[in-house]
Amino acid sequence: MALARKSSPHTHGPRSTQWLMQQVLIATVPGLIVLTSFFGIGTLLNILIASVTAIGCEAAVLKLRKRPLGFYLSDYSALVTAVLLGIALPPLVPWWLTVTGTAFAIIIAKHLYGGMGYNPFNPAMIGYVVLLISFPLQMSAWLAPGGLLVDGTPAMGPDFMSSLKIVFLGNPIDGFTAATPLDAFKHNSGLLVSQFYEQTPQFSQGQWAGFGWEWVNIAFLFGGVYLLARKVFTWHGPVGMLAGLSVMALFNYDGGSSTSNGSILFHLLSGATMFGAFFIVTDPVTSATSNRGRLIYGAMIGIIMFLIRSWGNYPEALAFAVLLMNFAAPFIDYYTPPRTYGHSKSGTIIHRSKED
Amino acid sequence: MRKTWDIHGGIHPAENKQQSLTGSLQAVPLPKTLVLPLSQHIGGPATPVVSIGDKVLKGQLIAAAKGFVSAPVHASSSGVISAIEERAVPHVSGMQAPCIVIETDGDDHWIEHSGTADYRKKTASELAAIIRDKGITGLGGAGFPTAVKLQPQQTIDTLLINATECEPYITADDQLMRQRSADILVGIDILAHILGDPERVLIGIEDNKPEAQEALANALANKPVTEHAPPIEVVEFPTKYPSGGEKQLIQILTGEEVPSGKLPADLGIVCQNIGTTHAIYRAVCHGEPLVSRVTTVTGKACSKPGNFEVLIGTPVAHLLEQAGFDEALCPQLIMGGPMMGFALPSTAVPIVKATNCLLATTAQESPAPPPAQACIRCGHCAEVCPANLLPQQLYWHAQSKNYERLEAHHLGDCIECGACSYVCPSSIPLVQYYRAAKGEIRLINEEKQQSDRARIRFERHQARIEQEEKDKAAKREARKLAAEAAKAKREADPKTGATDTTSVNTEKSTADLDIVQAAMARVAANKASPQDQRKRFERAIETTAARLAKAEKDLEALTKDDSAELNKEQLAQLDQHRASVEQARLRHQEAKNKLAALDAEQSSEQKTQPESPTDNAGEPTLDRAATAIARAQKNAAQLALMTPEQKLQKQRDSLEKRLSKAQTRLAQAESEGNEQLEAFAKAVSTLNEKIKATDRELATLTQATQPANKPAQQSEETR
Ligand code: SF4
Ligand code: SF4
Repeated sequence: MALARKSSPHTHGPRSTQWLMQQVLIATVPGLIVLTSFFGIGTLLNILIASVTAIGCEAAVLKLRKRPLGFYLSDYSALVTAVLLGIALPPLVPWWLTVTGTAFAIIIAKHLYGGMGYNPFNPAMIGYVVLLISFPLQMSAWLAPGGLLVDGTPAMGPDFMSSLKIVFLGNPIDGFTAATPLDAFKHNSGLLVSQFYEQTPQFSQGQWAGFGWEWVNIAFLFGGVYLLARKVFTWHGPVGMLAGLSVMALFNYDGGSSTSNGSILFHLLSGATMFGAFFIVTDPVTSATSNRGRLIYGAMIGIIMFLIRSWGNYPEALAFAVLLMNFAAPFIDYYTPPRTYGHSKSGTIIHRSKED
Repeated sequence: MRKTWDIHGGIHPAENKQQSLTGSLQAVPLPKTLVLPLSQHIGGPATPVVSIGDKVLKGQLIAAAKGFVSAPVHASSSGVISAIEERAVPHVSGMQAPCIVIETDGDDHWIEHSGTADYRKKTASELAAIIRDKGITGLGGAGFPTAVKLQPQQTIDTLLINATECEPYITADDQLMRQRSADILVGIDILAHILGDPERVLIGIEDNKPEAQEALANALANKPVTEHAPPIEVVEFPTKYPSGGEKQLIQILTGEEVPSGKLPADLGIVCQNIGTTHAIYRAVCHGEPLVSRVTTVTGKACSKPGNFEVLIGTPVAHLLEQAGFDEALCPQLIMGGPMMGFALPSTAVPIVKATNCLLATTAQESPAPPPAQACIRCGHCAEVCPANLLPQQLYWHAQSKNYERLEAHHLGDCIECGACSYVCPSSIPLVQYYRAAKGEIRLINEEKQQSDRARIRFERHQARIEQEEKDKAAKREARKLAAEAAKAKREADPKTGATDTTSVNTEKSTADLDIVQAAMARVAANKASPQDQRKRFERAIETTAARLAKAEKDLEALTKDDSAELNKEQLAQLDQHRASVEQARLRHQEAKNKLAALDAEQSSEQKTQPESPTDNAGEPTLDRAATAIARAQKNAAQLALMTPEQKLQKQRDSLEKRLSKAQTRLAQAESEGNEQLEAFAKAVSTLNEKIKATDRELATLTQATQPANKPAQQSEETR
């Protein structure tokens, strides 16, 4: 009788890498809905273009590396990279920009380093930074959130057809853009924060941290909480980052003077904070591995983000902070091993201190 | 309720216990043959004390324990010894091992035996001797001889009884507790008495066994009160795998961790499986040796799953038949549980003392794992590891064969529970990698120990030479006299030759004494003739070589056509083949090493013989012990003569060999676009580094030792 002889364990839990990736994709939905409702279909177009590019590039590279296509494509990792990059890019960027960034992310940042699981840097963030450095103009043009009253008239995004024309034919986008809250705040010169808030429509019409953007952040927070509840990742990375950012904001917020760096709430609900905390910091491949390591990794990203936001040249800093810490992740791992059963903290063997 | 502690990690796989708990404990019809392996326990295999054709009775000793850590084997039914030979035994490797085969006569006739209910009148060592003589080993799965744990040097204040049974499917202990809890409590009381009535006696049980708990509680309530006897407490804690690991149970019940490399006894704790306590009760109170046990037979490929009281040595096929096993439904048969059990090569192997479960699942019940994907470093494995290791880091280093990093990450503390593999979303067979790496590390350590020993001998030798320089003449005289005396004595009475030689040698330095004792031990341990051993090793080499060749061929067949795309299944196969090639290679190497060691021993023996003082008379029957002693001395001298340069040189040679192997592998990987390319490249560069370091060391050493060596050599000549 022929019996198979596999090594133990002979049973496996219900989770697969595919399932994890699917969960991440599902969790972006609330954020996407809010983004689309404020900024139009730009982000969805980004995602569509990025996804097609990503799958095409992935298939081509796999073909070159003689790997089975179906097996590797079905892990959804390329799709996740595409969706995350698509969300990070400003809506309605020209199509070739998205294609370039995605191709760079998949071919260079992922496969050149050995493919899935081997890449030291977050591919989506690499793609983003490459574009930001190469095409700063296009990359900093954000649309005004729909419904924002500027000089009494509500901002209107381009309609469907003109959106397509902007993306595919290169029609100008200028008429529709506005400074993001982070941008605006950075260029505050000489006003107290309260005055500035009153005078700037982005803030005066918002609840806490800028019209539209605060809801985008809350929606991504919502998706993140879903992932936490499904135990896709632990809380350490995101909480570390939010805590790092908050602590920095707390110490540098001087009650709202003209040189203030913004309140905690402003930082937590602006720009890419929540998206970064729950969708970028949590990328397992490029982060630290132990729980303690991830706490430190997240916190450092939060701190660096604050530093760049406050004193750097770029209004948003997620990508730079993440890439920097990707670089540091192996060192964090090296210094934060968990205490193994039967070993003392210092790595030497513990002795019993018996109290009888 | 007593406080319990939580362990790190752990998982909750589907329990699947109810299937085998529908009925009560079932008897098994007497099988026609019983196959009793000589090694069913951890430690030295037992030595047969019967021969082919002997009639034996149930419970009769058929193989005696050899050494301290060992256990005897008893006939599990009456009949005739029909063979003492190598048979397939249940073992992870699917190997063959010496077994005693009994053709049963159907009478199941017991040998005369008796026990005592008044065990508290006996001393601890008397009781421990009974437990040892009755062949009792841990019945929880590991099979450690029970008596060895019962007489520790340390004072024991806690006796833990492991009634956890945390593996899915297995219910043998559960059933036993439901039906025999009174007997179990007596067994526990015996243990407590042996251990000097420790303060705490705790039965640790998971909260998924309420019936067993109730049975224990009832039995406790009805238990007659004995003087001195410590109270027995049943402690319940939440179900979680692997709570039943010894270290884990200790942490759950006491909050303490067994320090790495230490024993529970160092914490004043002794831990025993609950099934074992029942066997102890039978042995002490009824005088019955361990001839049967409770085994769960379950899985959807069995139509009548349940718990069976089965004779040790019963063929697996016979037991499966009782449970309505359908071969056609079962792609793989597991001995033990789904998490830590191992797959059986066939149903011809026997049930042994440690067999707590036969798991015959269908293909739907435990589907073949999907092919492994890349590690996404999700950290799920680290979250569930009960030893709080970083399994993904271990996997990483195991792949690149970075043994230093593996040890720094405490690979040795991995209990191979399989929790990490269970949760890994990329279904990487992590435990398989750890086992292979542990095997490699064991080999390397053995080599290292050998060279260390040689170094120590060298240093001792140097010291001794200095000493000997002073009183060389006197010593030579004394030795000559002693040798003559020994010769005369031996000629008078050849049987006591061995002891006489020893007494001569004891006059020598203590270093020599060590060597002599080691040699004596070796003689005692090496009953098999070198020829037999040689044959065995050669056979092992042949079979492993064949297996390796086959595995390599399989792998090649798969990878040859590298232009073709591999589909999912092929990819999975590829992984499996790679693993089996690796395993086969390891085994082959091990066998070769053993043979080489044997050869070295023999050749030195031949060289020694002519100049051996004990051989001067040209006696045809050379006393084996005396030869061995002489050989040991000679060996020591030879090893001691090996200069550090030579040792380093040797080390360098082996490094170079490894390097060239690694390079070919790298080249191969490059041509195939293998995904492990980086790992190989790293291995090559580390090896290069090591060689360089060795060279440097060699250079400094040559300068340093050149002058120092000369006097040593001179003294060697003048002696
Ligand atoms: S669970 Fe598997 S994929 Fe996740 S980190 Fe561990 S080994 Fe890697
Ligand atoms: S098999 Fe080893 S590494 Fe994996 S979970 Fe168990 S103890 Fe940890």
